[in-house]
Amino acid sequence: MLAKRIIPCLDVRDGRVVKGVNFVGIRDAGDPVECAIKYDAQGADELIFLDITASHEQRNIMLEVVAKTVEQVYMPVTVGGGVRTIDDIRNLLNAGADKVSINSAAVKNPEIINQASQRFGTQCIVVAIDAKQVAPNRWNVFINGGRIDTEIDVIQWAKEVVNRGAGEILLTSMDSDGVKTGFDLELCAAVSDAVCVPVIASGGAGNAQHMADALSKGKADAALAASIFHFGELTVDDVRQELKKQGIATR
Amino acid sequence: MIAIIDYGMGNLRSVETAFEKYSDNVVITDEASVIHSADKLVLPGVGAFRDAIDLLQEKGLDKIICKEVKAGKPILGICLGFQLLFNDSFENGHYQGLGLLDGSIVSFKDYIKDVKLKIPHMGWNQLSFSNSSKLFNNIPINSHVYFVHTYFLKTDNNDIVAATTNYGLEFPSAVAYQNIYGTQFHPEKSQSVGLKIVENFIELC
Repeated sequence: MLAKRIIPCLDVRDGRVVKGVNFVGIRDAGDPVECAIKYDAQGADELIFLDITASHEQRNIMLEVVAKTVEQVYMPVTVGGGVRTIDDIRNLLNAGADKVSINSAAVKNPEIINQASQRFGTQCIVVAIDAKQVAPNRWNVFINGGRIDTEIDVIQWAKEVVNRGAGEILLTSMDSDGVKTGFDLELCAAVSDAVCVPVIASGGAGNAQHMADALSKGKADAALAASIFHFGELTVDDVRQELKKQGIATR
Repeated sequence: MIAIIDYGMGNLRSVETAFEKYSDNVVITDEASVIHSADKLVLPGVGAFRDAIDLLQEKGLDKIICKEVKAGKPILGICLGFQLLFNDSFENGHYQGLGLLDGSIVSFKDYIKDVKLKIPHMGWNQLSFSNSSKLFNNIPINSHVYFVHTYFLKTDNNDIVAATTNYGLEFPSAVAYQNIYGTQFHPEKSQSVGLKIVENFIELC
């Protein structure tokens, strides 16, 4: 049976892992390659690096981080953050990323999803959606690190990116990101029901139960967490044991 | 020497790193002479079937691979490289493969009845073994390995199937027939189980 995935996410700025709350307020959480090795040993199903480096010139640091990581861990690695062009995607894939995640650039120029999936294959193109609730059962797509409301409906956008060739959706609830009170399960289930590709739930993981909820009630195929893993509050295996206890398919 | 065949489809560094764990003589190559002098071949790849077969033909690698494999040289196809070993593929059209083994590559979308199943088949799924291939020596049944694919192998020749996996239907996730081996999953991304398969291919196949 296909296992639900547990994915530690590493926000990387200028080559260091950092973690903020609600997209602001940053704490240092270590060296990305060392973190990747630690999560590999814990049995993570996959890793996601999000490059939150502010300046475009410093982005080559991320390519080095990816290249060093894939020499150390034998698991799938997704990289996103600031990906704007087909060249950006190619550089990350060539550095060793298995999948590349596109966010704001996909909203500004949706055609990049078609081009990228035709060029590199649907399986390696992830579209990241930052969602914020604006009314009951209504979420809008936000871009530029959550600063701009595009007023696009998240469900409609999710369907569109899949039609354009996205192979997976990384769905972050901005309302719950970093506050550790659980995922936005309604949002997650609504998007998962709307599309035929896997959905990674992100934003809100505070304990193993939250992860289990995202994968059961939230209907997500994978659950992502950052800070609870970084600061040793929880290991990947703790989450796995909880999933097993609840009869959720896991490795 | 183990030759990882480079025909321009994707990054091969992960594959190389995994093989280097068990062999100190691994090369990434597209040269006929290197492929000829290699002890074993690895055919990796991600992306579309048509692009892959076009690139293999452009570089003349299709004929070289077939010649070496027919002469008995062991080969391991991985993911798209696995799919290339068969007769043909129906990915966005109909294209001929290397034809080293009997079978066709078809879409899950045309065969899975459960509309709720997500496609691509992405993530960790389990192996059942249908023949006792050396490739899976000391690998426990139901071990998880990493998949990411939209198309799968359909074959009438059950003798070649070494492992199967269930995703809406039971499909061949690995083949082993004489000197020809292939995995639809990525051993190089499958942590300790995957590395054991790599080691088995190097040491036993």
